[in-house]
Amino acid sequence: MNKQPFIRIRKKDDRPFWQKLVIKFAFIVLALLIAALFINSVTKLNPIKVYVSMFKGAFSTKRRIWITVRDTCLLLSIAVGLTPAFRMKFWNTGAEGQILVGGLCSAALMIYLGNKIPSALLLVLMFIGSAIAGALWGLRPAYFKAKYNTNETLFTLMMNYVGIQLIEFFVDIWDKKQSHSVGIINGDTNAGWFPALFGQQYLLNVLLVAVITIAITIYLTYSKHGYEVTVTGESESTARYSGVNVPKVIIRTMLLSGALCGLAGFTEVAGISHTISVKTSGGRGFTAIIVAWLAKLNPLVMIIYSFLIVFLNKGAVQIASDFNLNEYASNIITGILLFCILASEFMTNYEIVFRHKEEQ
Amino acid sequence: MDNNTAIQLVNITKSFGAVKANENVSFDIRKHEILALLGENGSGKTTVMNMLAGIYYPDEGEIFVNGKQVSIKDPKDAFDLGIGMIHQHYKLIDVFTALENIVLGLKPGDNNDMASARTRVNDICSRYGFEMDLDMKVYDMTVSQKQTLEIIKVLYRGADILILDEPTAVLTPQETERLFTIIRNMRNDGKAIVIITHKLNEVLEISDRVTILRKGHFIGTVNTKETNEKELTEMMVGEKITLDINRDLIEEKHLRLQVRNLTVINNENKKVVDDVSFDLYSGEILGIAGISGSGQKELLEAIMGLQKSEEGSSVIYYSTAHGVHELVGLSTREIISYGLHLAFVPEDRLGMGLVGNMGMTDNVMLKRYRKGKGPFLHRAQPQQMAIKIKDELEVDTPSLDYPVRRLSGGNVQKVLVGREINNKPTVLMTAYAVRGLDINTSYAIYNLLNEQKKHGVAVVYVGEDLDVLLALSDRILVLCNGKVNGILDGRSAHKEEVGMLMTNLKKGDQHE
Repeated sequence: MNKQPFIRIRKKDDRPFWQKLVIKFAFIVLALLIAALFINSVTKLNPIKVYVSMFKGAFSTKRRIWITVRDTCLLLSIAVGLTPAFRMKFWNTGAEGQILVGGLCSAALMIYLGNKIPSALLLVLMFIGSAIAGALWGLRPAYFKAKYNTNETLFTLMMNYVGIQLIEFFVDIWDKKQSHSVGIINGDTNAGWFPALFGQQYLLNVLLVAVITIAITIYLTYSKHGYEVTVTGESESTARYSGVNVPKVIIRTMLLSGALCGLAGFTEVAGISHTISVKTSGGRGFTAIIVAWLAKLNPLVMIIYSFLIVFLNKGAVQIASDFNLNEYASNIITGILLFCILASEFMTNYEIVFRHKEEQ
Repeated sequence: MDNNTAIQLVNITKSFGAVKANENVSFDIRKHEILALLGENGSGKTTVMNMLAGIYYPDEGEIFVNGKQVSIKDPKDAFDLGIGMIHQHYKLIDVFTALENIVLGLKPGDNNDMASARTRVNDICSRYGFEMDLDMKVYDMTVSQKQTLEIIKVLYRGADILILDEPTAVLTPQETERLFTIIRNMRNDGKAIVIITHKLNEVLEISDRVTILRKGHFIGTVNTKETNEKELTEMMVGEKITLDINRDLIEEKHLRLQVRNLTVINNENKKVVDDVSFDLYSGEILGIAGISGSGQKELLEAIMGLQKSEEGSSVIYYSTAHGVHELVGLSTREIISYGLHLAFVPEDRLGMGLVGNMGMTDNVMLKRYRKGKGPFLHRAQPQQMAIKIKDELEVDTPSLDYPVRRLSGGNVQKVLVGREINNKPTVLMTAYAVRGLDINTSYAIYNLLNEQKKHGVAVVYVGEDLDVLLALSDRILVLCNGKVNGILDGRSAHKEEVGMLMTNLKKGDQHE
């Protein structure tokens, strides 16, 4: 009976910044070591070769670097889009649906107005249209939350499936070759495609996302609206006490969040794939939730985590093709890394105490 | 160590992050004795007892129970050693009866079937003088009955060492007397009792010995018979302080609030504020007494526009600067934007009055962030105010951006009260303004309220400590079941009288 428990967990939230950095770095090294052990024991490959291959996946050619940057921006724009809602503690799990309807609206405008109006005007219309479509997708759950306090997590999640069905419906209408796909839209005229700037195909994507990220950072930190969002998220009672119109803020913020996710759909359709399908969102609406949380809802930190996740994905694909592994093996490596990043979050705030040795 | 020692604590140390909750605490608990564990909030009283109850595990130090060194890893270990703790927040299942709650979690067999359990519980009740209807559901019970049930539950499990955490905090004077009788019966039966408290008069009334903690350190143990209120205060606070509250009589009075027939019905369709009428004048402190949940919170919130008032309610606001306004029907936003100077210090400081994750500047801005042109915030003026509040009220914070939830309870309340006073209010309403604060901060708050009164502010003070209410208030309004059950003169009222009004509705008011 007189034995201390073997390990105990103790809160330690007063570590200096450099210590936190060291802990995070140590955990990434640890992740690489665990993954190396895994690689070696399962595939008998040299882990260093595998890591080099991973790195190649993201950086080996100029084009690959651009694609990595492009995908980082896309993921970032969704994470930033989720941020206003999350700051309000409105758990928007419906980014997928919001991206899809934004992309759908862009695609529809490309198809119906494609060669009838100038491409620049078309792009502006697609920008506005996809934002409105995403906002409307966010409006319904927000309205019911504000009015009847329904659970937004389930509501936004279910809206995703409505979005998917809607895409299926329109793909069927637009699919002229019975191939279950719309194909490249306006492949001949490039109407409604992002133009190359300074010879760089994806520069516009980067600029658009950069502007959005900076604008949202300023909006949340320095504007009266942003202040209302934070207060409402912290405590609805405090918000009411300070005279905030809570339902209005919920609806307004969710409209914004939905619109930003809709814009990500626009970027995907007009700036990357030039087509629409149920795979347009590609699960990024969920991945972005992880990005947003790892960055503790700080848009600028999200840049790092978006990049990290895109890098891991590219690397995983590359490993799979270089070593004839299936993608599950490389996903496990990604999993180990993410797991260790999460663990480092915990360890920056807590410490583990082992049983004292007998003092005598 | 003699046979009478039930528990001995030796050099117990426990820290939470950078906070040392207990450092080298050593004392003993004896059978046939009531030990009062005295200390201010944050002095580590509850933490050290939680280590006996198996909630926390000490970082360093040793615990001996009946002479044997033990390691208490979880509450089950504590029970096996005969230690039972009654926490401030009761751990009962609402939809179960008293008896069901008592046997909950015990293994069947060992005479734990309902019939024999009932017999044994009845034995315990008659032995110590409990009155309890064993078939009553917990949701029908008063706070006092729930507490009784918790004690019976612990005794049923065979506890010989009982720890009660602030047991009188929620009781009326009459209920406190009844509890003390039971505690004495248990002592005379040989149990060891520990009462965690910060109320001096109760310590002197009930305990045999007093152990004093201050800021996590053990200060000393004294025999109750050989000490007095003054000595205990000094040991507890670490310096000499006077325990007098000023009460000036302000002759010039103006009507500030006229509340008539105010009724609030809550979500569960219950009348929580029932036809309340009273007047509030400048230059007075109106104390509001009542057992917790008698409508105090809803009353203040209804005046502030945070609760919907029913038809027929009226709250008229008179002020020299802003004229006369009917507040019923106005939203909080309208009250703020009209510039009406109603200040409100709510009970839930971090859940309603402040934003925990924001710093002082952003919190000072809370009710005035809309001021200034354009879509962006103007932080310059709030920052000046925050600096002023920090200096004048001596708020201890590393910076104006440091999250207020990380400040001590006293500093949190200073930020909140400071902000509300800073706006030069006409009416200042406070709910449980000193709950959880140390003596020095409490007296600082009383002084602030008195100063406001002298400046001609009409002050409402909702409180739970009757001694303070009687010392501070010019008039005392007693709420009972949401109704006004009497308005007494603060200078002539007696504690017993207020206690009676808190629990017994006057005849003639009882039928709907």
